[in-house]
Amino acid sequence: MLARSPARRAVSVVGHRLTVLFFIAFAIFPFYWMVVTSFKQNADLYVGATDVTHNPFIFNRAPTLDHLRTLFGQTLYLTWLTNTLVVGVVVVGITLLLSVPAGYSLARLTARWGERLSIAIFLTYLIPSTLLFIPFSRLVSLLGLQNSHWALILIYPTFTVPFCTWLLMGFFKSLPKEIEESAMVDGCSRVGAIGRIVLPLAVPGLLTVVIFALTLVIQEFVYSLTFISSVEKMTVSVGVPVALVRGDVYYWGSLMAACLITSVPIAIIYNFFLDRFIAGFTVGAIK
Amino acid sequence: MSVSPALAAGDTIRRSDRRLGVVMLTPALAYITVLVALPFLLALFLSLTNSSAGSLDFSFVGLANFRSVIANPVFQRSLQNTFVFTLVSQSLVMLLGNILARALLRPFFGKALARFLILMPWAAPISLATLGWLWIYDSTFSVINWVLLVTGWLEPGQWYYWLGDTTLAMIAIITIHVWRMLPFSTVILLAGLTSIPNEVREAAAIDGAGMLARIFQVEIPMMKPILTVAVLFGVVFTFTDMSLVYLLTRGGPYNSTHVLASLAFQDGVLGGDVGRGAAVAIFLVPVLVVLAIFMLRASRRAEVV
Repeated sequence: MLARSPARRAVSVVGHRLTVLFFIAFAIFPFYWMVVTSFKQNADLYVGATDVTHNPFIFNRAPTLDHLRTLFGQTLYLTWLTNTLVVGVVVVGITLLLSVPAGYSLARLTARWGERLSIAIFLTYLIPSTLLFIPFSRLVSLLGLQNSHWALILIYPTFTVPFCTWLLMGFFKSLPKEIEESAMVDGCSRVGAIGRIVLPLAVPGLLTVVIFALTLVIQEFVYSLTFISSVEKMTVSVGVPVALVRGDVYYWGSLMAACLITSVPIAIIYNFFLDRFIAGFTVGAIK
Repeated sequence: MSVSPALAAGDTIRRSDRRLGVVMLTPALAYITVLVALPFLLALFLSLTNSSAGSLDFSFVGLANFRSVIANPVFQRSLQNTFVFTLVSQSLVMLLGNILARALLRPFFGKALARFLILMPWAAPISLATLGWLWIYDSTFSVINWVLLVTGWLEPGQWYYWLGDTTLAMIAIITIHVWRMLPFSTVILLAGLTSIPNEVREAAAIDGAGMLARIFQVEIPMMKPILTVAVLFGVVFTFTDMSLVYLLTRGGPYNSTHVLASLAFQDGVLGGDVGRGAAVAIFLVPVLVVLAIFMLRASRRAEVV
């Protein structure tokens, strides 16, 4: 590196830290706002913004747990969480059943045509839910699945399977071939080698897929909004914005608590698996 | 890559393995064909019919849906909004994403925590995050207005109704989308920056390249495949998003903030006019096809590199 004067270096360091701080503030402000709102007394919360003497960023009165009590005691929030997890677990199961064999097959057992096929599978990721919810609504009413969790269980794998197949293909490719081959030389069949050798080694990859399928299900909004109409069957991403608002009245304290409690655990889990997730998007674009 | 002797004869795969490969691939392929490819064709088909949500009967109406959709000012507005929304938010995301990725490339104390915090908007479920913003933009209690009043930007008596005014609502929607997409693009760009060997940067510096020259003449060309990936996914996610508009404004005031996806939802699902909703959604297809072609070319180029 070229030598730089200490003064210039100091300016550069300060500028860099300020840039990072600015972006952090932008990213977390809504979450900070959720925290503050969740624990404020109503008298502190609903002071119009025209009152310049009332600082909304801080607690002007003692924090309260009232909104949390309302959320857990008087709303269906826990039911929505349960619904989401039930749908999520079944969808994860289906996703694994379909995408593990497909991912392995594309990584090891198909030649040139498999590569083309894998790109085709990846491209289905480009077909958005906003294009498919209309034909799906026909399909769902044809099968009599309106307002049923089965509708979501049927449809959610349409976005989890392509992405997870793609991720797993990359993962299986990264395992050395020699491991299965030596097992097969020792008399194992291909299927036996997959079950006994490959899958145990692939646990980190499988775990990534489980986490991503689950978070995609928790985040999904469009299909759930389209196909679930009774309040007690809703998933959390729809129940909170649609049904927690009673009439025209927003209970902002409970609403923000629900948003916060749902979002933060997902964000934490996501963070651990981020690098693999990004690898799924960028396979091929980085050597 | 080392090639074991058994496989040295090119890419040959044993016949039994090939059969197993087909068997293992079939369930996933069948699922995708039946539940993605066929519905996609069904969407094209429905757009040519007068089918409605109440019944399964329909008749063929040719291009009538498209004619009535195109003539509708709400549709024209939403088409324009979709492009404005996509172009403005993606330009901002790429600009800010490049700045942020560069900032995160440097080592500093607390970097892991910074990365986690910056990522939170992308990980949070979109509908819940949007609800947080809905409260920030509230017509009576908006904290933004409070800050603007205190800093003197707004005169006493002056007021911004963030979601009640077309321009302000578009600004609000774009802000949230940039907030949400920035982490995604940043981590992809960061992966690209990290893959550039340090020697390249040092060589450029020794050759006397300034910072800007280094960025524009060395790094950006080297990152082209990954920039492409970031832009393409960003555009796809933006162009087809309906959740934001639906949750924030329901297309209001007076249907002035609809995008194609939210209008398709309003017509096809809430309004029950399936054929019309499908016709609106079909207008997403040409752009998606162009993006798919770019994506394919990018992936092919990346393989060659």
